[in-house]
Amino acid sequence: MSDLQNINGEFENVSPTGGELEGAFPGSVHPTASGGILVTKLDEVINWARSNSLWPLVFGTSCCAIEMMSTASAKYDWSRFGFEVARATPRQADVIIIAGTIVNKMAPVLKRLYDQMADPKYVIAMGACATSGGPFFYNTYSVVKGADHVIPVDVYIAGCPPRPEALMHALITLQEKIRKGWTREQIKNNNSISNGQ
Amino acid sequence: MSNEELKIKLIELIPPATFEEGNEWMTINIESSNWKTVAQQFRSTAGFEFDYLFCLTCVDWKTHLTMVYHLTSTIHRHTLVVKSKLDRNNPEIETVSDIWRTAEFHEREVYDLFGVKFSHHPDLRRLLLTDDFNGYPLRKDFEDPVNMIKL
Repeated sequence: MSDLQNINGEFENVSPTGGELEGAFPGSVHPTASGGILVTKLDEVINWARSNSLWPLVFGTSCCAIEMMSTASAKYDWSRFGFEVARATPRQADVIIIAGTIVNKMAPVLKRLYDQMADPKYVIAMGACATSGGPFFYNTYSVVKGADHVIPVDVYIAGCPPRPEALMHALITLQEKIRKGWTREQIKNNNSISNGQ
Repeated sequence: MSNEELKIKLIELIPPATFEEGNEWMTINIESSNWKTVAQQFRSTAGFEFDYLFCLTCVDWKTHLTMVYHLTSTIHRHTLVVKSKLDRNNPEIETVSDIWRTAEFHEREVYDLFGVKFSHHPDLRRLLLTDDFNGYPLRKDFEDPVNMIKL
């Protein structure tokens, strides 16, 4: 048996140096004579597949949209993580990144777009305006004080605007959250919480 | 035409105007009652020919409102700023949308946010806010206890 096999002869998720690989395929291969049997939990595999292929909805209202565009373009490139296709239609998108200020006139539009997205859907509130109203929290007649007054949010990003690295970190956090089963979507449907917590 | 030459011409043309010193562009203050005739002259007389109104806005000094117009001439390349004081309780001024077409939208915005009435405007209604909005938000005395949180 090689170093990568455990006591039962199964190959587990270990990197060549022996550590646990984050984002690796959640399952192990039980070796048999003709190749092997993949042993895993279906929920884990589904969560892994969903997290690695989140298509964002194009929704930028304000300055954070510029940072989102730069994250999408060549220098930072979020499609390395699976956010390959940014769909303009909510029917085909998985995650909505609220990049920008939500004003009173825009709030029903945001709600309608969120309702049109198909399950499972996730929400990232990018920047100070979407988190809490940001610089427009005081003394303004038109800004909604946080996008979570309108739709439920999974990940918040601080910054005005957040750097592209911060947006990438939030995307990776969302991926981890999906794999562990802690997003609102999964809790609502009483999906399995994979780590058994 | 430089600022000084412009000033000389303006003094000939509009005797009751007063000038503000120390600004980058030539600035004059006029009465709101004869704004229309003066604007007509600014557009048409040779030597002025201000054909580009590039900013139309309003400022709320707490005692009165001031309309501010920024005019420039693409032919002579000079710029003029025209200011006009308005009474706070009944702010009315003549429209210039028939002289410079861009003023149609800008005057609608000023009406929407400050409440200044432009007489003989072809279509004076709210532009940016919702049609049933109460009040004029950019005035200093606008109160909105629901949305505005005071520090």
